[in-house]
Amino acid sequence: MDQLLKDLAPQVLAVLVRRGNDFAAAEDALQEALLEAWQQWPQQPPANPRAWLTTVASRRLIDGIRSDASRRRREEAAQTEPEPGPTEQADDTLQLLFRCCHASLSPGSAVALTLRAVGGLTTRQIAEAFLVPEATMAQRISRAKKSLTDQKLNQAGRLENVLRVLYLIFNEGYTGSVDLSAEAIRLTRQVVVSNREPEVLGLLALMLLHDARRPARFDGENLVPLDQQNRSLWNALKIEEGVLLLQTALAQDRLGEYQAQAAIAALHDDAATAEETDWPQILSWYDELLTIHDTPAAALSRAVAVGEADGPQAGLAALAQVENRLPKKHHRLFAVQGHLLERSGDRVGAARAYAEAAKYATSTAERVHLTKQAARLRN
Amino acid sequence: MAKFLLLKHYGLSPEGEPGHAPIFGWTPEEIDAHMAYQRQLIAELRESGEYVDVQALSNDSVLVRTGGEGAPPVVTDGPYAESKELVAGWYLIDVESKERAYEIAARVSAAPGAGGKPGDELLEVRPILSM
Repeated sequence: MDQLLKDLAPQVLAVLVRRGNDFAAAEDALQEALLEAWQQWPQQPPANPRAWLTTVASRRLIDGIRSDASRRRREEAAQTEPEPGPTEQADDTLQLLFRCCHASLSPGSAVALTLRAVGGLTTRQIAEAFLVPEATMAQRISRAKKSLTDQKLNQAGRLENVLRVLYLIFNEGYTGSVDLSAEAIRLTRQVVVSNREPEVLGLLALMLLHDARRPARFDGENLVPLDQQNRSLWNALKIEEGVLLLQTALAQDRLGEYQAQAAIAALHDDAATAEETDWPQILSWYDELLTIHDTPAAALSRAVAVGEADGPQAGLAALAQVENRLPKKHHRLFAVQGHLLERSGDRVGAARAYAEAAKYATSTAERVHLTKQAARLRN
Repeated sequence: MAKFLLLKHYGLSPEGEPGHAPIFGWTPEEIDAHMAYQRQLIAELRESGEYVDVQALSNDSVLVRTGGEGAPPVVTDGPYAESKELVAGWYLIDVESKERAYEIAARVSAAPGAGGKPGDELLEVRPILSM
């Protein structure tokens, strides 16, 4: 019942919001309906759980707005709309996502609200995933809802905002009790049902192609770099699905940043061993990526590809061109430098670079990994 | 979002001089104003959804090290007595950017001190590593 309610809640919320209800009020009404479901369903399971929830939530919503007589008539008329079919359901979910990922919200607020309203996670689960007190997360979500209510949202939501928020959620990975990568994949799949824009497919492909490597990314608590991963642990089904999605996306001939990144991930996933990686092709995809979406992070990754395709000296030269675009204490800059220096035979310089990288690492696992790299080269 | 620890070092300044008059020399009203300012700031951080934790540390600190297998811990009161002055407490915040963390640190630093003037206390800002 827990899982059923979790799946149904966002769908019902989406219906209520589509009918023109206030976001925060719709959420409150839904919470009341969920509570009633918890109390009543064990004794009297409904024939159609979704219709039951929608009806009860609508009723609570009307109760809540009874005092406002002029609005009441309009709202009640809206509540009598028939139940939507499957495609409309997917459309509703997408509309809800557009709301939650609205450009007026900060990324952190959009992420929290999306997980709550569309993902159906509890505030406690989201708080645990981000390691903050539940009250802090509740406040963040309620502020986000309020700011959406305050804004009269007439303009159409932008798909690119939705994709960015979904990708942020994916990159949060698995920190606490909640698997946010899996959650992001689940939400992106829902978008794909009603929207097969190439970048939507590209993002889902990118997520799957990265997530496929997850079983090999850690050895116990230790981070395992891509070239040392046990590739037999990679999830072949996810890779297959990712490649297929990517091909469908690329066939539309409208390249975007997620498709380009997915293409790079696919080339890595395609190599049976690290040595068989097609670096020249990866490099040309990085060049494509930089023409569409030139970020310092992508330029840095390109330097790695240059190092593999054309040798460490060429890589270091490419790195020198990126350097001034990144903060002075950027850990990945030093990590890439360490890697390239080691390959060029400069063990002392490499050890120094890895030690610098460790100093500015942003996660514990990364710091331990980089510290060990430095230690390995000094011994 | 990223977490930052704002460490309160009463009495620390870049030149190693006390940043402001020690709190023990303030009037009770000045101390009340200082505490009220912090409570207000904490309330704002809760309201903005950026609060994680705020703690004050007792000055009652000792140094502890292992006494070896089977031996009790070795507890000493020194020799770094001056380090007791260093960390008085912290704000742990979860914010959208480094700039926002600096902004909040500056707010902490502006807490009124002796004579009701901002104490210009120095805050040490440290990013927290993710897991």
